[in-house]
Amino acid sequence: MTEFLQQLIIGLRLGSVYALVALGYTMVYGIIRLINFAHGDFIMVGGYTLYFTIPILLHQIGLPAWVGVLAAIVICALVGVAVELVAYRPVRKKGTSMSALITAIAMSLLLENLAQAIPAMGPNPRVISEEIFSTAPISIGGVSTNLASIMTILIAAVVMAALQLFVQKTKLGRAMRAVSENKEASTLVGINVNRTIVTTFAIGSGLAAVAALMYCAQYHTVTTTMGSMLGLKAFVAAVLGGIGLIPGAMLGGIVVGIIEALVTAYISSSLANAVVFLVLIVVLLVKPAGILGKNVGEKV
Amino acid sequence: MLKIENLEVSYGAVQALRGISMEVADGEIVSLIGANGAGKTTTLHAVTGLVPIKTGSVEYDGHDLRKIDPSKIVSMGLAHVPEGRQVFTRMTVAENLAMGAYHRKDKKGIEADLEHVYERFPRLKERAKQLAGTLSGGEQQMVAMGRAIMSAPKLVVMDEPSMGLSPVLVKEVFDIIRTMHESGITILLVEQNAKMALAISNRAYVLENGRITMSGDASTLLHDDKVRKAYLGA
Repeated sequence: MTEFLQQLIIGLRLGSVYALVALGYTMVYGIIRLINFAHGDFIMVGGYTLYFTIPILLHQIGLPAWVGVLAAIVICALVGVAVELVAYRPVRKKGTSMSALITAIAMSLLLENLAQAIPAMGPNPRVISEEIFSTAPISIGGVSTNLASIMTILIAAVVMAALQLFVQKTKLGRAMRAVSENKEASTLVGINVNRTIVTTFAIGSGLAAVAALMYCAQYHTVTTTMGSMLGLKAFVAAVLGGIGLIPGAMLGGIVVGIIEALVTAYISSSLANAVVFLVLIVVLLVKPAGILGKNVGEKV
Repeated sequence: MLKIENLEVSYGAVQALRGISMEVADGEIVSLIGANGAGKTTTLHAVTGLVPIKTGSVEYDGHDLRKIDPSKIVSMGLAHVPEGRQVFTRMTVAENLAMGAYHRKDKKGIEADLEHVYERFPRLKERAKQLAGTLSGGEQQMVAMGRAIMSAPKLVVMDEPSMGLSPVLVKEVFDIIRTMHESGITILLVEQNAKMALAISNRAYVLENGRITMSGDASTLLHDDKVRKAYLGA
């Protein structure tokens, strides 16, 4: 039982990171129906921002390492907004959804290769030697964990709750929901659609920065391709939960994380990804719109 | 209040409007009637900036609407009730109405208008917490009209508000238009139901293949032989 709880916590921690990244996919998909393949690479941008800022924070300013996440949020949001303005918006105006998708893949490759070409970043992995949250073991009722894990789960829960409140209760959140559903009607009630889309990109990319902090707290290494597999699995999580739905991204992320942890512990770590994708296929066969997705009955 | 001059709109190679001119004066109900594909919806879309204008001008309250960001138009007191209602189906009725007042900052005024809308549409009050997508067509039309009222408009342009509704509901919709007008709102109405539209209008324009072919007092048009044959089924 303790062993199982132990694995569950590992799964929750993994799942929290997936969930935060999945939120970025799902928010952008919800508002412009685009799978933003570059989203995983925003995590990488956040990771390198932490890599550069943490030593300065700790040794020159005297602030805790996690404060670096604020810089990462700003940089990621700027990169996300830049990608939208420079690449996605012009293509959306002229092209088809296929050209937008290809543009997204191009942006992902561009960010990765750009990072590799910059001598201070790539091509070799960089180690963040400083502790972001303590990884010293803590035992709670016989279950061993650490502060990094607890903080990851806690921060993800708080961020997700805040996001849900924001989208449901604030004016800007309502505008985001309106635009995701009907751009024409949104314009008619006075919503600036383009500005709302930009805001969505900023928030989604900012979440990737938070995910980057959690990743770095656990693995202490950044690479130029760190976002690819993480991004892919978070995308799976978003689809699994029901893409376009914020609660779906959260649920999907947690489910993927827990499956991965349990398969790794009880079957084989090399099968973990295979099982995740198998579950995705089975769920999509049974519920094509994802676990929480449904076809809203709309009368005309 | 609204002045359209030599308006031309094209979708690619297809010209939808071939230079139309029309006017709506403060306090009027004006209807724009015509067959499917005549360009009625395009006219309204050009007014509120949903389609690009090729040539011509649209002037509202002395402002050139071509120079104004479409999302700013509603805050100038011009509301558009679009064809097919276009309510936010995944939002509740109450949220849809709140969206109508999106551009407003006067909390007290918004609350008063909401009360007013609920008074006029008791069914919307009963269903305030229900998702708009689950309502019937008639109820959705009321949400769309309520949403427009919530924007505190001076001029409302309405696109086929009676479309797809039963005769009883059509009558109700026209009653609502009448009370909106009585409360001081100027109305430009696009309708295929020419008989009902002409009956409540002061003036009307007939649109055919992107051109205005007739215009005048609604009561005159209602008795015009050509109009009767083409649009009133008589």
